[in-house]
Amino acid sequence: MTRKTRGSPYAPHTAADTAAMLDAVGVADEEALFDIPKAVRFDGDFGIEARDEQGTRRAVERALGRTDDLTEFLGRGHYAHYVPALVDDLASRQEFLTSYTQYQPEVAQGFLQALFEYQSLLVELTGLNVANCSMYDAASALGEAATLSQRVRSVSGERVLVPDHLRAGKREVLERYADGPNLTVDTYPTAAGTVDVEGLADAVDDGTAMVYAETPTVVGAIEESLGAVGDLAADHDALFVLGSDPVALALLERPADVGADVVVGEASSLGLGAAGGMGMGLFVTREDYLRQVPGRLVGASEDATGRRAFTLTLQTREQHIRKERATSNICTNQAWLALRAAIHAAVLGPDGLVDLAEECVRLPSDLAARLDDIDGIRAPVHDRHHFREFQAHTDQPAAAVASALESEGFAVHVVGDHRIQVCVTDATEPRTDEFVAAVAEVA
Amino acid sequence: MDERDRYRGDAEVDSDSDAGTTYDQARWTDDGGYEPLLAEKDQTEVAVGGDDSPLPDGLTRDSLELPALSEPELARHYARLSEMNYGVDSGPFPLGSCTMKYNPKFTEDLAAHPDAAVHPDRPDERMQGVLAVAAELQDYLGRIGGMDAVTLQPPAGAAGEFTGIHIARAYHEHNGEDRSEVVIPDSAHGTNFATAAMAGFDVVELPSAEDGRVDVAALEAAVGDDTAALMLTNPNTLGLFERDIEEIANIVHDAGGLLYYDGANLNALLGRARPGDMGFDVMHYNVHKTFATPHGGGGPGAGPVGVVEELAPFLPTPHVREREEGTDYERYEPAHSIGKVHGFEGNWLVLLKTHAYIARLGDSGLSDASATAVLNANYLAERIDLDVPYGPFHHEFVASAGDRDAADFAKRMLDYGVHPPTTKWPEIVDEALMTEPTEAESKDALEDLAAAFDAVASEDAAALESAPERTAARRIDQVAAARNPRLSWHALEEK
Repeated sequence: MTRKTRGSPYAPHTAADTAAMLDAVGVADEEALFDIPKAVRFDGDFGIEARDEQGTRRAVERALGRTDDLTEFLGRGHYAHYVPALVDDLASRQEFLTSYTQYQPEVAQGFLQALFEYQSLLVELTGLNVANCSMYDAASALGEAATLSQRVRSVSGERVLVPDHLRAGKREVLERYADGPNLTVDTYPTAAGTVDVEGLADAVDDGTAMVYAETPTVVGAIEESLGAVGDLAADHDALFVLGSDPVALALLERPADVGADVVVGEASSLGLGAAGGMGMGLFVTREDYLRQVPGRLVGASEDATGRRAFTLTLQTREQHIRKERATSNICTNQAWLALRAAIHAAVLGPDGLVDLAEECVRLPSDLAARLDDIDGIRAPVHDRHHFREFQAHTDQPAAAVASALESEGFAVHVVGDHRIQVCVTDATEPRTDEFVAAVAEVA
Repeated sequence: MDERDRYRGDAEVDSDSDAGTTYDQARWTDDGGYEPLLAEKDQTEVAVGGDDSPLPDGLTRDSLELPALSEPELARHYARLSEMNYGVDSGPFPLGSCTMKYNPKFTEDLAAHPDAAVHPDRPDERMQGVLAVAAELQDYLGRIGGMDAVTLQPPAGAAGEFTGIHIARAYHEHNGEDRSEVVIPDSAHGTNFATAAMAGFDVVELPSAEDGRVDVAALEAAVGDDTAALMLTNPNTLGLFERDIEEIANIVHDAGGLLYYDGANLNALLGRARPGDMGFDVMHYNVHKTFATPHGGGGPGAGPVGVVEELAPFLPTPHVREREEGTDYERYEPAHSIGKVHGFEGNWLVLLKTHAYIARLGDSGLSDASATAVLNANYLAERIDLDVPYGPFHHEFVASAGDRDAADFAKRMLDYGVHPPTTKWPEIVDEALMTEPTEAESKDALEDLAAAFDAVASEDAAALESAPERTAARRIDQVAAARNPRLSWHALEEK
């Protein structure tokens, strides 16, 4: 028996198998099985050459190799922390990686329990009771929170208020979600990188369905007025939606304690690292809104022997059951990244998580102080506590400074004519001395 | 004894007995569950803030209580959990419309390559490798779908639908037209209906004709000045090719609507037919289903969207293209872009795996994948004793469990070591078992699978209702889970 030498390398059939199968089906060749009218039959080629595995790797690696080797002091919503080897090793097990959504829970207990533990992690971090199994990213989670506001009876109004410095990508995704239910996205002012509470008080009214605030904010500042924001939202029967991430939540004020109704954000700060912008959205809310939650939920139940077992639950909220009346169209989510985040958090444990979060406060504080000592740089721009990142004023045009830093092997954000943003984590900290020297050179 | 007989032999014994079944590995369980929760192994509360904290107390939480376990304990916990999970490498996984094909391993190595681990806020000239791969993937997908331009940004199939329907909306608005309806056949995926509603459209549900395909007369009656788009899967969820696709396209286009292709079943058509050639204006690709990226227990996926030239100006921003001069690549904002559908630029590492799969298979491999997937479905249907009411089907077929409950039928299949088909959908088939073996199953594996179908078909209702009994967990009570939602370990402690 010979293996075939062309065709898909991932189809196991020998020529003899194929012949026997065609015979059993009663056709001369596979083409006879395609019921496609001649007029729409494709007779051309894609013009894509097949390669062996090694050749494919080489081709892709050669292409990827065109990307410069830079140490990225970049953040603004996409963060890289060191990911322990255990995360890759365990998450790569085929039973996790190649499995499907858990529609047959009796053979998916492992993933379901891991997702249940992920949900539990978020419940502990936020103090809210209901966490889903993930959304696509922070931006889509924010969009889903806006649509949630329209399904919650205690909320009226069609205005969604976001800070004026919100990252453009998040704002634009939010607007796409807002189109359907005809919500209006408006901004409120910020001061020194955080909420301008008086400005927010002027902006919010009884037509406001949702107030969104972040901590840390997009400029890296830790928000100091969360309680006041929560009060303003509550006074106007609006949802208070708070954006954060699981590392920050290990240290900063607990969302439940500042009146948050929904917590969204980027959970891929655990378990993933720099991934071209790929992320994983967290979505946590109060039990009151349980039946309005978008996405998948894992719950505990019992099996026929009376043992505890886990299953996807409350699926009547979802598109495959409720169709156009579903809470969201989401089907595929980021479950495998939720598994990775859960394993990462478990490796860190409570001490490790808090230590990492405190490091996220110390590192930017130290780095800002060192940059501030350089002629031509003032840092941080905002008189706030920072988390992972901060903005710096450059006397030289910021674009020129950033470009010169790239030549030295470092990447920073350009956020204004004379302003850069710098993010430092445990992953880049070992390069800070060289980075500071490079900034001193080019500033 | 061939596989079929072996399963039959099993089925003939008392289903309460384990005779005829051998366990080759002992399984450990404790009294309360199958594996303790991390929080049942340890809960450690740490104080947060205080004198050593870099933040004033007003800005920190008081404490954090989570499991504090060692690396070996965690390795064993998650290894144990993985042993209670069925993946593609565990055995046949013929979930209809889900296309659970084999996931090549080398693509994982490429996704873990340091050159792929970049931040998207780098300037274009500092991430040429990423943009080059993205541009080539856009090009590959355009050729495969017969589309003129492709965006990689949507992070999943449903997000691709959302993007495509927003493109349709923007296109009509640009032309000064207010069109409020999206027409969807009753056999379509649930996401189609949910997407149209989420984007603010009224859904017009189209009944199927008796042959299981689009009812052309009903379509003609359904479309009009309000029609923004028709969303269609081809082959449809019964595996049937919409033979009238040209007429369908004409009807929708004559009414001023656009034709949207749901790419869920594209694995049936590679190299045989292209949505662009059938008259579709906008489509999404499910990279997991067609291009073998792993499903990861629910995601991440990616849902690139292809469009005809007229719709290219409406694609999400940024879009990648080759610079006019030289060989460099750049990101730019299309003229009438709908904006963004992902905070950054989509699920890049999944897209990288997609690119590697297509580059590995090339024309011959992609074409063979579809041919073999279709042959496998036909061969499997030929070998099982159940009625398959609609045909000729392609990569998947919908069998009927007859007078048995399809969900029970599926649970019993678990006892034969295979993953069951998708059940009870589409509703046009009674007690539907929607079955898609993919090209990855060998002839022998298909025969095992057929034997499992037939073994269950020969059993009585009681055996099916008490199934599964050879799985990690026995039948799980769905009603209790929903009636008393316990969604975290905190909730278990409370109740």
